[in-house]
Parts: sequence; C-alpha cells; structure tokens
Amino acid sequence: MKILVAVKRVIDYNVRVRVKGDQTGVETANVKMAINPFCEIAVEEAVRLQEAGKAKEIVAVSIGPSQCQEVLRTALAMGADRGLLYETDAELQPLAIARLLQHAIQKEQPTLVILGKQAIDGDNNQTGQMLAALLGWPQGTFASKLEFDGNQAIVTREIDGGLETVALDLPAVVTTDLRLNEPRYLKLPNIMKAKKKPLDVVPAASTGVELASALKVLRVTEPPRRSGGVKVASVQELVDKLRNEAKVLS
Amino acid sequence: MSVLVVAEHDNQELKSATRNTITAATQLGGEVVVLVAGQGCGAVAQAAAGVAGVARVVQVEAEHYAHPLAEELTPLVIAHAGNATHVLAPATTFGKNLLPRVAAQLGVMQISDIVRVESPDTFVRPIYAGNALATVQSSDRVKVITVRSTGFDAAATGAAPAPIEQGAAQPAFGKSRFVRHQLTKSERPELTSASIVVSGGRGMGSADNFRLIDDVADKLGAAVGASRAAVDAGFAPNDYQVGQTGKIVAPNLYIAVGISGAIQHLAGMKDSKVIVAINKDEEAPIFEVADYGLVADLFQALPELSTALSR
Ligand SMILES: Cc1cc2nc3c(=O)[nH]c(=O)nc-3n(C[C@H](O)[C@H](O)[C@H](O)COP(=O)(O)OP(=O)(O)OC[C@H]3O[C@@H](n4cnc5c(N)ncnc54)[C@H](O)[C@@H]3O)c2cc1C
Ligand SMILES: Nc1ncnc2c1ncn2[C@@H]1O[C@H](COP(=O)(O)O)[C@@H](O)[C@H]1O
Repeated sequence: MKILVAVKRVIDYNVRVRVKGDQTGVETANVKMAINPFCEIAVEEAVRLQEAGKAKEIVAVSIGPSQCQEVLRTALAMGADRGLLYETDAELQPLAIARLLQHAIQKEQPTLVILGKQAIDGDNNQTGQMLAALLGWPQGTFASKLEFDGNQAIVTREIDGGLETVALDLPAVVTTDLRLNEPRYLKLPNIMKAKKKPLDVVPAASTGVELASALKVLRVTEPPRRSGGVKVASVQELVDKLRNEAKVLS
Repeated sequence: MSVLVVAEHDNQELKSATRNTITAATQLGGEVVVLVAGQGCGAVAQAAAGVAGVARVVQVEAEHYAHPLAEELTPLVIAHAGNATHVLAPATTFGKNLLPRVAAQLGVMQISDIVRVESPDTFVRPIYAGNALATVQSSDRVKVITVRSTGFDAAATGAAPAPIEQGAAQPAFGKSRFVRHQLTKSERPELTSASIVVSGGRGMGSADNFRLIDDVADKLGAAVGASRAAVDAGFAPNDYQVGQTGKIVAPNLYIAVGISGAIQHLAGMKDSKVIVAINKDEEAPIFEVADYGLVADLFQALPELSTALSR
C-alpha cells in the first residue's frame, strides 16, 4: 500500500498569536512555525503502518511557500520516503488545497490518504472531507484508531456522543484526531538522513488547478478580551458570590 | 431565497444544536427548510416542524440514512439544496464531517464555525483557537456554512407546526458502512447546551477522582467536561473534551478544576458567562479569565463545595 500524507506549516501551537494592527491577518514575522500537530499525527500513523509492513511507500505533500520544505523534512525525518511541495505564496483556501492534493493523488495513486482533521491556524476542519468528495472516495474523519481488514479500512472516529466505527472500501481518506497516536521525537541521525531524501518542488500555478477563492477575508480583529476577576478565600465565599453577586446559583 | 438546514438527530431526538443553527438560518432572510434524513425519524421531523422560524420540513427515510454517513447524506443534501442560497448544519462532529463534502461536490467553499451573521454573504468566524476573529465574505452562488451553537440562541420549540413533506432518497453510495457505536451514557445534560458545566483537568489525578466532579455536577444539575490532558490520561471519555479541537461551550457557569488554562482549552470555554477556577497554583493562566478564582487543593475544595451546595 502506498500512503500519501498532507502536512501543513502553521504557527507553532505554543505561540501567543497577535492580530495585526491593520486588521489584515495575524503577525507571522519572526514567529516560530512548525508542522501542524494533527499532520504530525498523520505522518506518525503512516510510518507505523510502514513499520508494521502494511505500507510500502509514504509520500508527504505540502502546499505553501518555499519554507514548507522544513515541515516536509520533518515528515521525512519521521520516516516518510519522499516529499512533494506545491509552491505558492498565495494563501489558499481548503477547496484549492483539496484540488492540489487531488492532483498529487492522480499522479501518485495512493491507496490511503491521511490528513490532519484540522489545521490549527484557520481551524477549518474541511480539507480531508473535500478531498474525499473530489475523489469520490469514502472518508474516515477524526480517527482515533485505524485498522485494516482485507480491502477495508476500519476507522474508529471521535464523535460528539462518544466513538463510532466505520468500514471504508479502499482507497479512502482518513483524518486524524489527537488520540490516534503519539508522534515520535526526531532523532539526529534521522534528521541527517532526511536531508538526502528526495523532495520535489512544483509551482502550484503550473498544475492548471483552479486556485482562486470565492471567499474573501474582509478583516481580522481581536476578540473581546476577558478581564480576570477576583480571588476568593474559601469555598463558602465562592458559593456566596455565585449565589448573591453573580446570581448563577439559586 | 431559501435556506436549507440539515438536521442532526439520532432518529429519536432532534439534537439541540440544530435549533441554534435554525436561529442563524432565520437571520439570513428567506424561507427556512429543514432536511431530516434518517430511518424511522418521524418524531424528529415533527420536532423540527415545531421549531420557531421553520417554514417546511422535508423528511427522507432510507436504510442508508439510518446512521449519518457523510458519503450517503451528501448526494441527498445536494438534491434538496435545489435553488437554496444557503446550506447550514451545526458545527458539531456531524456537520463538520458532512458539509465540507457537500461544498466540494458543489464546487464551492465551506465556511466553518460561524458565530455571527453580518449579512447574507458576510460572516464572522473565530480562527487561531479563538485568538482572532475573521470577517469573511463569500461570492459563491450557494453558501455552505457550519454554525457554532454558542454564537446563536436555540430557536424556540412549540411553534405552530410547519408542514412535513416526504422526500425521495438518493441511491446508496455503499463504499462506507457503519459498524458500531460506543456512546457515552449519561443522565446529565448535554455538554454543549448545559447551563452549568464542571470540568476536570490533569489535576484530578485519576478516573476515580472524577467522582468528586460528578458529585458537584449532580448537585448543580450540571454537565461534566474535561481538558485534553484529562481525556488523554483516560480520566474522562473523549467526548468530554472542551477546547479548540473538542467541544465549544458557553454556559452561564463554567467551573474549571485542576485545569491550567492552555489557550487550546480557553478556546472552548472563554465565552462562558461566569467562569470559576479552582487550582492550587495561583500563577495558573486559567485565573486570567476566571471571574472567581479559588487557590486551593481540589481534593479539599471539591468535597467542601459539594457540601456547601447541599445547604
Ligand atoms: C493541536 C492541539 C490541540 C489541543 N486541543 C485541546 C483542546 O481541545 N482542549 C484542551 O483542553 N486542550 C487541548 N490541547 C492541550 C493543551 O495545550 C493543554 O496541554 C491541556 O489543555 C492541559 O490540560 P490540563 O490543564 O488539564 O493539564 P495541565 O496543564 O497539566 O494542568 C493541570 C493543572 O492542575 C493543577 N493541579 C494539579 N493538582 C492539583 C490539585 N491537587 N488541586 C488543584 N489543582 C491542581 C495544576 O496546578 C495545573 O494548573 C491541545 C493541544 C494541541 C497541541
Ligand atoms: N497548505 C496545506 N498543505 C498541506 N496540507 C494541508 C494544507 N492545508 C491543509 N492541509 C491538510 O488538511 C488538514 C486539515 O486542514 P484544514 O481543513 O485547513 O483545517 C491539515 O491537517 C492537512 O493535513
């Protein structure tokens, strides 16, 4: 089985994000960037499948500026075999991303595509579902467990009421939830090895894929700030305040 | 103009987030049509017909709609979207799984998690774990949108019933099959619609200790939530997770116990009306958003709170 994983470069999850003064977006200059945590889980899952003898080859794909090569190198250091970057400086929306990934899939013909459930910058949670639609494939979103049974992927999904298990005919698209696995730490020798692994760069504009978006961001603003309140000295004082001051308890 | 709302349900009950979505739908102008697809879902169609603002309910029954598989529902939603200007669903795991598939099939963008309608083509949605709000405008002929329930009140029930039509099913997709559910059983109110939520974090120490949270929640008629760390450690089921990548809640009262207040957690609860934090570390960032902070050991504070609430 060949697996394609999609990895996005995002602002590191530890960074306190700041809205720009001109309301055009958030501050990205001199901000630490990293692989999207859900994508890291996607790569880890693919590598584990390869280690278990279930997958032959892993291709990691990223879309964005030249610096996305860094997150592809991370994926390669984790164990992916090849990297593919669709290079563009434009900020693409999930539908365009899904179309580019479809382009890669037509070329690579994988049996399984693993994406993160959500990129923690735009918080869209769309791309995997869109990709599955474009391909006409089944989708196993928010996966916390992935198994195989013959030509089927058995996916346990984290849903609002608990867990749901679905069986999907392959080829299929899977998106990862947090509890699918715990990604490994990178080891120095693997980081060195990753530098020699193949990484293709293709200009996104050369693919002929429709990249324009009908969704325009008019402005990005700061949410209303919550100011901290008071400290109470005891449980009794807390209950009194909740009853008589905040009036949220009867 | 017409707005198609895809109802979330389990063939028995209309999920309350659907009613928040209907409120958003009524703000778009135009007729609000609710699609109820399922198997043996008559009671749900009736409940939907009684929600204020609904003009019409379309009920579609088929075996392949017994469980809400996105692959099966997508062609059906598209068939019923007809000349709708908007297609809406709640931003729950149900809506998040389904609507991007619908949008891509229609060749349009999907707008996730809106919290405000500015006009029929302009919406506000949180990004970066709620650290920024984006105002976005769509020029797509049909706007496909998931609605965050904390941004909109639930539409009232008990309105004069709207007509219910039976709609035709689409052929089955067949390449994905429902296998089983493991649903968390609870007598408590639903996390996302409860007026009081008590959440525990890593500080709880074990699944057993979560009973201290349960005790307080029972006294308050509250729902129980958890931080990611508590869920990862197996202290609480996955569907208790509150946060950027879990559930978004905005109750009248949110009590965070043994939770440090990482931005990913705050993203899921900082719009609560009143926030209480109980934490033994007075530097914990959760106190920056708490209206009432109690610096204390939770193993002492929770039993005391339970007793105080009985009086
Ligand atoms: C991609 C991504 C997505 C994430 N999504 C979410 C999400 O949706 N929701 C979420 O919650 N997190 C999420 N996280 C994790 C988040 O970053 C934090 O790691 C997590 O919220 C920490 O949980 P916690 O506060 O319970 O644990 P900790 O940060 O370990 O805090 C435990 C707290 O308990 C207190 N404590 C310990 N013992 C006691 C005691 N006896 N009495 C009183 N207080 C005590 C400590 O002082 C401490 O403040 C996400 C992270 C990533 C990378
Ligand atoms: N620019 C990108 N490059 C590669 N993969 C992406 C990109 N954007 C989104 N994805 C994939 O889609 C997932 C969900 O992203 P989103 O729908 O934007 O929340 C991510 O976790 C990635 O796996």
